Amino acid sequence: MDFTRRKLLKTTLAASAAFSAPHLWLPASKEAWGATVKKGEPIKVGLLFSLTGALAVPEEDSTLVLQYAFDEINKNGGINGVPVEPVIVDAKSDFNVYTEKAKELIIRDKVIALFGCYTSASRKAILPTVMQRNHLLYYPTCYEGAECTQNAICTGPLANQHSKDLIPFMVKNFGKKVFFVGSNYVWPKESNKNAKIWLEEAGGELLGEEYVPLGSSEFGPVFNKIRDTQPDFIFSTVVGASDIAFHKQFKQEGFKVDKMPIASLTTGEIETRAMGPEFGAGHFLSAPYFQSLDNPTNHKFVEGFLSSKYGKNGVTHYNMEETYLSAYVFKYGFEKAVAAVGVENVTPRIIRDHSGGVRVEDNVSPEGLVWIDEDNFNTWLKPKIGQCQGDGTFKVLKASEGQVQPLPFSIYPDSGTCTKDGLKAPDGKIRTNVI
Amino acid sequence: MDLGTLANALILGVSIASIWLVAALGLTVIYGTAGVINMAHGELIMLGAYSTYMLQVYLGVPYLICIPASFVIVALVGLLLERGLIRYLYNRPLDTLLATCGVSLVLMQSVRLIFGSDPKYISVPEIFSSNIALGSVSISTFRVIILAVTALLVFGLWFLFYKTRFGVQVRAVMQNKEMAASFGINAGRVYMLTFSLGAGLAGVAGSLFGVLAIVLPTMGASYVVQSFLMVVVGGGSLAGSVAASAATGEMQSVLASFTNATLARFIIFVLIVVFLRFRPQGLFAQGGVRR
Repeated sequence: MDFTRRKLLKTTLAASAAFSAPHLWLPASKEAWGATVKKGEPIKVGLLFSLTGALAVPEEDSTLVLQYAFDEINKNGGINGVPVEPVIVDAKSDFNVYTEKAKELIIRDKVIALFGCYTSASRKAILPTVMQRNHLLYYPTCYEGAECTQNAICTGPLANQHSKDLIPFMVKNFGKKVFFVGSNYVWPKESNKNAKIWLEEAGGELLGEEYVPLGSSEFGPVFNKIRDTQPDFIFSTVVGASDIAFHKQFKQEGFKVDKMPIASLTTGEIETRAMGPEFGAGHFLSAPYFQSLDNPTNHKFVEGFLSSKYGKNGVTHYNMEETYLSAYVFKYGFEKAVAAVGVENVTPRIIRDHSGGVRVEDNVSPEGLVWIDEDNFNTWLKPKIGQCQGDGTFKVLKASEGQVQPLPFSIYPDSGTCTKDGLKAPDGKIRTNVI
Repeated sequence: MDLGTLANALILGVSIASIWLVAALGLTVIYGTAGVINMAHGELIMLGAYSTYMLQVYLGVPYLICIPASFVIVALVGLLLERGLIRYLYNRPLDTLLATCGVSLVLMQSVRLIFGSDPKYISVPEIFSSNIALGSVSISTFRVIILAVTALLVFGLWFLFYKTRFGVQVRAVMQNKEMAASFGINAGRVYMLTFSLGAGLAGVAGSLFGVLAIVLPTMGASYVVQSFLMVVVGGGSLAGSVAASAATGEMQSVLASFTNATLARFIIFVLIVVFLRFRPQGLFAQGGVRR
C-alpha cells in the first residue's frame, strides 16, 4: 500500500478526531456507561487507594479494611444474595494516576461504585471523571466540605462537625488562649475557619496561626513562636509524617503536655504508635471513632479485623472505621435501589439517589448509629473527644450528645445550601456538580 | 520582636543549619569527589534510619552506639553499590543520574517489602526528650546532639581530607584523575572509598532524623532536595556546604520567626535561584577538571 504523506496525515487526523470525540462512537447515554449489575455475576466495586508512595500509610489500611468489610458482607450472604467483588488498584500517590485508574475502573472494569481517596487533592482530581460518567464515589474520611456533587457519598466528619465540641472542651478545661498549627493545604485552612467560629462562641482568643509545608519536619520556628506567646493549648491540623515530627519536637523542645496540650483533628492510634506513646500521651483528638470505644460492635470489629488476614498492621483507627462504614452504606443503598427499581436497572446514580437517609445501626457501626444526610449525602455522626494514654490508646472523655448535622457550606452561607439536586443559591438557582 | 526572640531564632538557625548540613555531608563527599549525582542519597539516609531501628529492635543496641553502627552498615551498602554499579558509569554523568534514581526506587521498595509501609519508631534515652533553657533562650537537647555530631563529622572530614595521606590522594584525584593515576594513585580505590564514606555519612544523618521526625520508606525524598541545594550552592566543597547550610539555616529560622515557615522557604528558594543565576559554580568552586 502506498502511503503518501498527505494520505497518512488524513488518516491520522480522522483517527484522532474519532478518539478525541468519544460521543461519536460510544452509546450516548445519560447514565453511566455500561455500569449495571448482570445476573449471575458478582457486584464489582473499585478500590482506588495508594498502596505505594507517600500516601500509602493511611491508604493501605483503607484498602485492607474494605476487603475485610466485603468479606464480611459476602460471608453473610452478600448484597441481595450476590457477592461483592472488590477490584483493587494502586494509585501510587500520584494525582494523575488517580484520574487514570478511576477511568480504568469505570470504563474497563465496569465497577458499580468507587471507594477511594484520602486527601482532598486526590478527591478533587477524580471527581470530574466520576461526575462526567454520572458514577458514584464513596469518599471515606474527613474533609473540609464546600462541595455539592450528585455523585459522591462521604462517611467521615465535615469541618463543621469535627471541632465543634473539641474547641469549647479545651477552652473550658485549659484556658482561653490558643495557637493554631496546620499543614499548608486546603483542609487545615478550611477546618481552622470553622474552628475560629467555635472559638469565638466559646470566648477564646487566637494568639497565632501557622502553616508548615506538607511533609516538613522542621517545627523549630513554630515552637519558638508558641514559646513567646504562651497559649493555653495548641489546636493542630498537621497531617501525616509532619504530625509525628510535630509531636516529637513538642516534647523535645521542653513543652509539658499537662500545661499546654495539643488538641488535634488527626493524631490517631496509627500516629501515636509511630511517634512512640511517650510523645503522644496526654494530647487530645476529636474523631467519631477510637479503637478503645467500649461497645460490643466495636469489640467484634477490632477482634475480627485484627485476627483476620487483613489485620497485619495491628491497629484500627478513625479513618479505617469510616472506610468500613462506607461498605455498609453502599450495601444498604444498593438494597434500597434494588427494591425500588429492580436489580437490572440499578446504576451508580440510582444507588446514590437511594442512599439518602440510609442508617448504619449500632449493631453494625463500631462508632454507633450514623446516617446519610438526605440533602448533601454526608454523614450524621457523633464526634468524640479522646485523650491519648501511656500505651498509645485513647480514653474517650466526651461524646457529642446527639448526631451532629453535616453542613458542607456552613461557613459560606452566601453560596447557598447543598440539596439533593445541587447547590441551591440564596436566589433560588440550583447549580449541579459544585466542587 | 524582642531580643530573646531574636536570640532564640539565631540559635535555632544554627540548629537548622546543622540538620541541613548533616543531610548534605554525604552528598558533598560523593559529588565533590567523584562527581556522581547520587539520586539515591535520600534512600541512603532512609537506610540509616532503618539500620538504627533494626539494631535497636532486634539486637537491643543503645541509641548512641546505633549512630556509628549505622555509619558502618550504610557505608557497606555504599561499597556494594559502588563496586556493583557506579564504577561502570563514572564517565557517563547522565547514566549515573538515571542509575542512582533507579537504585533509590529499588531501595525504597525493598524496605517497604521487608518492613511494611507503616512508620517505625526509634526510642532514645529520656534525657534527649527535653530541652536546655537559659533565661529566655531555649533549645532542645536532641538538637544539641545533632549539632555536636555534625561538628564532629565536619572536623573529621576536614582532618581526613587535609591532614592525611588518603586525603592528599583524594584531592589529587579530584583535581585530575588521569594525572593522579599516572603518579601511582589507585583512582578506582579512592572513588570506592569516598563513595562508601559518603554513603556512611548519609547513614548517620538517617539515624539522627529518625528520632527528630519519622522512619518511613519514603522519608528520604524530603531530605534529598535540600541536600542537593546545599551542595550546589556550596559548590561541592566541604567549606561550601558548611557556609551554604549556615546561611540558609539562619535565613530559614529568622525569616520563619518574622513571617511563617512557608514564606521563609519560598524566599530562600527564590534567593538561591537568583544566587545561582549570578554564580552558577556555587560559593566555593573547586579547581580542577570537572568530569
